Amino acid sequence: MSSGVGLLSIITFLPLVGVLAILLLCRGTGEDAIRNARMAALWTSLATFVVSLFLWFRFDPETADFQFVEHVEWLTEFNIAYRMGIDGISLFFVLLSTFLTPICILSSWTAVQVRVKEYMIAFLALETLMVGMFCALDLVVFYIFFEGVLIPMFLIIGVWGGARRIYAAFKFFLFTLLGSVLMLLALLAVYLEVGSTSIVQVLAYSFAPDLQIWLWLAFFASFAVKIPMWPVHTWLPDAHVEAPTAGSVILAGVLLKMGGYGFIRFSLPMFPEASEFFTPLVFVLSCVAVIYTSLVALAQEDMKKLIAYSSVAHMGFVTIGIFTATNQGIAGAIFQMLSHGIVSAALFLCVGVVYDRLHTREIARYGGLVHRMPAYAAVFMVFTLASVGLPGTSGFVGEFLVLLAAFEVNTWVCFLAATGVILGAAYMLFLYRRVIFGKLEREELRAMLDLNPREIAVFVPLVVLVLWMGIYPSSFLDPIQMSVQNLVDQHQAAMHAMDETAAIAAKGH
Amino acid sequence: MEMTYAPAVPEIVLACLAMALLMAGVFGLERSRTVSWLSVVSLAVTLLLVLAGGTDRVVGLGGLFATGAFAVYVKVLVLLGSALAIVMSLTFNEREALDRFEFPIVVLFATLGMLMMVSANDLIALYLGLELQSLSLYVLAAFRRDTLRSSEAGLKYFVLGALSSGMLLYGCSMIFGFVGATGFDAIAAAVGNGGEPSLGLVVGLVFLMAGLCFKVSAAPFHMWTPDVYEGAPTPVTALFSVAPKIAALALFVRVLMEPFGDLADKWQQIIVVVAILSMAIGAFTAIAQENIKRLMAYSSIGHVGYALVGVATGTEEGVRAVLIYLAIYLFMNVGVFACILAMRQKGSAVENISDLAGFSKSRPLVAGILAALMFSMAGIPPLAGFFGKFYVFMAAINAGLVALAVFGVLASVVGCYYYLRIVKVMYFDEAGEDMDRPLPSEIGVVAGLSAAVVIFFVVVPWTITDFAGIAASALFAG
Repeated sequence: MSSGVGLLSIITFLPLVGVLAILLLCRGTGEDAIRNARMAALWTSLATFVVSLFLWFRFDPETADFQFVEHVEWLTEFNIAYRMGIDGISLFFVLLSTFLTPICILSSWTAVQVRVKEYMIAFLALETLMVGMFCALDLVVFYIFFEGVLIPMFLIIGVWGGARRIYAAFKFFLFTLLGSVLMLLALLAVYLEVGSTSIVQVLAYSFAPDLQIWLWLAFFASFAVKIPMWPVHTWLPDAHVEAPTAGSVILAGVLLKMGGYGFIRFSLPMFPEASEFFTPLVFVLSCVAVIYTSLVALAQEDMKKLIAYSSVAHMGFVTIGIFTATNQGIAGAIFQMLSHGIVSAALFLCVGVVYDRLHTREIARYGGLVHRMPAYAAVFMVFTLASVGLPGTSGFVGEFLVLLAAFEVNTWVCFLAATGVILGAAYMLFLYRRVIFGKLEREELRAMLDLNPREIAVFVPLVVLVLWMGIYPSSFLDPIQMSVQNLVDQHQAAMHAMDETAAIAAKGH
Repeated sequence: MEMTYAPAVPEIVLACLAMALLMAGVFGLERSRTVSWLSVVSLAVTLLLVLAGGTDRVVGLGGLFATGAFAVYVKVLVLLGSALAIVMSLTFNEREALDRFEFPIVVLFATLGMLMMVSANDLIALYLGLELQSLSLYVLAAFRRDTLRSSEAGLKYFVLGALSSGMLLYGCSMIFGFVGATGFDAIAAAVGNGGEPSLGLVVGLVFLMAGLCFKVSAAPFHMWTPDVYEGAPTPVTALFSVAPKIAALALFVRVLMEPFGDLADKWQQIIVVVAILSMAIGAFTAIAQENIKRLMAYSSIGHVGYALVGVATGTEEGVRAVLIYLAIYLFMNVGVFACILAMRQKGSAVENISDLAGFSKSRPLVAGILAALMFSMAGIPPLAGFFGKFYVFMAAINAGLVALAVFGVLASVVGCYYYLRIVKVMYFDEAGEDMDRPLPSEIGVVAGLSAAVVIFFVVVPWTITDFAGIAASALFAG
């Protein structure tokens, strides 16, 4: 095991260097200071992204072990240490975080005009916390990053949000905190049981089945709120609608993935028997989420709200995939999360583009934009179709793998989830038709300008990525393969052991 | 019993210095700022003497007085709290025409009482220390004697404090009656001889605990806290919220663990109930408060509840968690009160939460510090307040008090709401009236110092936790 500080710590804490630079160098409130703050944030986040690409290049896809491992003593008397490391499951989440942050900063270049310095600091701090969370290999370190995310996000929604921002910020904070504190107690219980907070050691430990049930429920409380699952999803539409565009992007793009990541990293491998026991519950909640929130999305009048509900539906696919506990299911869930991270982020950016021009998100206020904004219409179409899951776009691969896995495990779940695909096509195409097509009737729409160079710079990488992931998914599926296979093998071994104990117990009677 | 004075040297020196300062004040030294700084120096000298005394357990004054690692740790916190409170009072007292030289001297006597409480090894010594502290604090609460609120606060504190002292004294007499001794060692021997303890002893313990609950403002004996916090001058409130509370909680821990350690199964249930009530009342009643000092009063009731969760475990780990909690609580509270002292509009102090509107625009740095302290109080990582709760809940789960821990974290989510409300008023609301400039430099230093502790604790936690570990193990060694 290597020790000391390495690449992962550099990626995690590089944004904080940008924070320091903004705090120390961009003094005053003048135009120059604001421009410098924007520049500092953009370049720091770009540098972080470039450094994080080295993870991908130097990642060894042949092993399921944790790589780039770091270990620094911290709370030695409790055997709690600063442990970092990534495997195939976390690799792309780190990249997703570092990829979306510069896009967020670029997208709020002109949209954010008040407290620009604080805004940039909040986003950079958020990046540190997100990356650190996906890299953490220690339960306590993980929890600190996981929960710390609440502080900058609360401020982002509350300070730069819309009309009902205070309500949304409080709801977001208290909902997620309520789930997290229960997980904290479970983490402490895990620590007292195992004697270490190293995730590697905890993964190797097998908990008593009774204890597993309680621990699983406590973790579930946290991750189900975060991902979010029906019926604890209600904070999400509020938070999405009220957050500034970049806030929605990071919320949908990365923060929701923390829940899914938590299920894959903790719930499934640490508590296999409890996961097996609760799988029907997860399937039911997920199917309800897929169908119910799709129907709700169909009825929305607000663009952001519609996309927010579609996120809940898409996350339903993710939870189904994870709890099939099969190779395709989990790989599909991860792929679906990555795809959704990019597509929903892009959709929120698309909403942001027209919102910046007309300052409304009401669908009925738009129509016929294709006549004035052809480039915008094309970009929006790519992401709409990716969200629908058209083959050739990133959305298809994840949904297909998940449905394949679900079909093997439970055909009814597959059937119900598949109706979600149809409903998804309905609400997304309906949205697209109402906003883009039709006659350009409203006078104020005639003055709308098409995408400017900055916006094109924001969208091009997203379009490229969506098509790349759709046409050649192996670039992304190969590195995660070994880790997922390892996880599934472990799970099956645990299931096998459980069956044998049950058989012995049955013989004994 | 030997009559050595060695363990009490810091207290004796502090008493002499305080009386010398009193004489100096009466006969000529009229500038209160000078007396205040000399008082801070006296506290610093006492601190050095405490540290020089070493961490070995020494019993002196015929068994009345004991010192050791635990006492040293708590005394350092108490002395720091008192010194910071005096420093924060300097400019405030001058502006509010309270700059009388008696003020810092009364604080010194209160601190002396606290130090005696921490070292008490006998019920009589305990009572003497407690009363010296309480009487000084009654005076301080009513220090702004020409305003109704301050006099009311002092009177209320006095009447209810006398009641609690009565209960405590009654408990002490019951214990003496059934054990035949007042020394902690003798009580421990009598309690630890096996067999069912006599009912009278348990009743005495309950009265003693009721009195102590009053002193730490734990529910259901918390009623005085909001009124006194609100009515007393702000630097006095800052003092109330840290030094006496830390001393009383340490005394509480010592009384329960040392003489009554073998009755843990009796007192544990009481502490659990008191902790739950304190956390709940702290969390729910603070929501409706408009005055920030009242809010801090309820917040402190809640924090005492969390600390009592650690006490309820009755384990070394739990005591360690309490000690860590107290250290972090000290810095958070001092910082918050420094920020409250920075709230002045048009030359007079303001105390309403709504006055903070737009604070982040007019004073971005102080607002940032206050926001960090609020997130810390709410227990959000990576700030120090999270670790206070972390250690306490770890000890609780390890001791099997899972239900208590679950209740505690749920209460902390409720409590989060009102801490967030302050952040909301500062950052989300439209700007109100600007705060006065400039900030007195000592207030800025105190606020910055506490913010630094709260933010950087995560990087170097062992600076506090290691000492707390030594202190806690000392309590269980003997």
